[in-house]
Amino acid sequence: MTGGTWKHAPGFYAGDRPQVVTSRFQYEDSYTLERYLATDGYKGLRSALARPANEIHDEVRSATVLGRGGAGFPAGTKWGLMPQEVWPRYLVVNGDESEPGTYKDRLLMERDPHQLIEGCLIASYAAGLSQCFLYIRGEMALAQERIAAALNEAYAAGYIGKNILGSKFSLDIVLHWGAGAYVVGEETALIESLEGNRGMPRLKPPYFPAANGLYGQPTIVNNVETLANLPWLLNNGTAAYTAIGTATSPGTRMVAVSGHVNRPGVFEIINGITTFRDLLYGDEFCQGIRNGNGLKAFVPGGGSAPWFTSDQLDLPFEASQVGPAGSMLGSGAVMVMDSTTDIPHAALTLTRFYAHESCGKCTPCREGGTWLERILSRVVDGKGTDADLDQIFEVGESICPGAFPHASNEKLGIAAVPFPYRMNTICFVGPSAYVPVHSALTLFRSEFDARIVKRTMIKVTAVA
Amino acid sequence: MARLTEENIRLAREIIGRYPKARSATIPLLHLAQEQDGYVTNEAMSHIGELVGASSAEVFGTASFYEMFKFEPVGKYLINICGTMSCALMGSEELMHQAEERLGIKMGSTTPDGKFTLEHAECQAACTEAPCLQVNYRYRYRVTPDELDALIDDLAAGNLSSEIPAHGTVAVVRQHIPADRAVGAIAPELVTENPAWLDGKAAL
Repeated sequence: MTGGTWKHAPGFYAGDRPQVVTSRFQYEDSYTLERYLATDGYKGLRSALARPANEIHDEVRSATVLGRGGAGFPAGTKWGLMPQEVWPRYLVVNGDESEPGTYKDRLLMERDPHQLIEGCLIASYAAGLSQCFLYIRGEMALAQERIAAALNEAYAAGYIGKNILGSKFSLDIVLHWGAGAYVVGEETALIESLEGNRGMPRLKPPYFPAANGLYGQPTIVNNVETLANLPWLLNNGTAAYTAIGTATSPGTRMVAVSGHVNRPGVFEIINGITTFRDLLYGDEFCQGIRNGNGLKAFVPGGGSAPWFTSDQLDLPFEASQVGPAGSMLGSGAVMVMDSTTDIPHAALTLTRFYAHESCGKCTPCREGGTWLERILSRVVDGKGTDADLDQIFEVGESICPGAFPHASNEKLGIAAVPFPYRMNTICFVGPSAYVPVHSALTLFRSEFDARIVKRTMIKVTAVA
Repeated sequence: MARLTEENIRLAREIIGRYPKARSATIPLLHLAQEQDGYVTNEAMSHIGELVGASSAEVFGTASFYEMFKFEPVGKYLINICGTMSCALMGSEELMHQAEERLGIKMGSTTPDGKFTLEHAECQAACTEAPCLQVNYRYRYRVTPDELDALIDDLAAGNLSSEIPAHGTVAVVRQHIPADRAVGAIAPELVTENPAWLDGKAAL
């Protein structure tokens, strides 16, 4: 299927690569229990239930299943952070996909809801979790419908509920849905929202979800794609899983490439190996920049990630290389800007997003984000002054003190400042408002200079 | 102007019963109220407060945080055009201008006949299919100017009413947990024992 996409899975291209989480996308009825069972569905759960729970936990740990939500923290290690002998423990599934550029969890929920459900069951069995809440983004009507239907089918067939498949393992999975708030994708805000409150992040410490999460209990928050990996892992084993990708980034990951490429799409790529050049120019991926244009810049890991240029094209999808180069892999979202892009304006579309999505809890984000948006709007409208550009850095410094990560650039003669940043806020929304404007100003200063009105200091001398 | 109907009270109690603490049902219940009336009324918020054990101010406090809840009537069709980077790079701002001119209203407002509301939305997780929009949270991908015109024509003529329910309804399929299969939600303070399958032996 290198040549095209399916109408029922818009934007997805399978190619000739391993498919850990997307193998059923080819079937139009991939979301039904019937299709799922005909394609090894719930086999991973059966094999898990035949083994002690701690053994399954060990398997997930030794396979190094990395979190696919943004931070890239290994799931098995995360589960191990829960205190011993404190019950009940909960699983909260983060299906609140809304990071700019990210389009993968929604596909997984719409196209293969049973795979996600099986992942939830395996995780809950392995980590001793008593109840699972599937938190789906409010605006995703189809994903909610597909998951509701799949849960209903799976309950009726005995895969969820009391004494699953005749075992001692019992679990309720509850479909929960949000109502439109980006910040709820942050795990502690997700928990606040699930408790019926305004979705504002909690301070860590003491509110590390693994120790003090939902209702104050140990709670695992995992991303949809992370959990969707588990059925395949159980069916094929750690050796097969780690045979894909690299030692530090095993398996595959889903990446959405959008913007000015010939063939925007969602691809399941090989972790740690596929490079940005493969992705942007490869025949099986995006097939180059549109209209034969040059590449100006790209965002490598969702709107919160500092920008790269063609200097960084040969980096692979490997956190240990992308971090020192000044950015992050985030949520598997690449946004591409060609040579015709108006850079200050492009930066504004992201800064506006984060300013709009600030929950208002931390002053540097609530005020700073809004300031950045206003100043940048003024500059884009041609009404900015040179003082505005200085002020952008000043506001940024109040959100994130010290050196701020950015990519190196040979032409400009600047070296990279590695990721991450220091921050004066609880979560990353505030810093993320600064990321696009900081990257744009650092790498494309001349485009800003061309837009602003230069002011000259006038020396006022006293008249006798 | 309405509290929840009998049928919705039944649904609300079913939803509340799934959570260890009733307050967790607040957002799903607000959706139920919005589905009933097209927007969330003060009466519905007091009623939800009674059902989950919160004051109406607390319910409003939660509701007002979230973009999808509306506190006054909106159009039958809420058109959300995405304005975040991927869509902006692919021309969504032109689509917004076109929609504004076509409907004679600004983003964030409703046509006098109550049929359409326009909103500048943020990232809708369809970035490879830019520019995209949602009508009552149903997607339209890679929208061209002609397609936008045709969409508005179709909506105005009622041609899409079977595919796109009126504003307020999001998902049309609901979860139902059969009583004989449910484990049941237990308040966390009442759970003291470890899960039965963690006794060190194989589960089956």
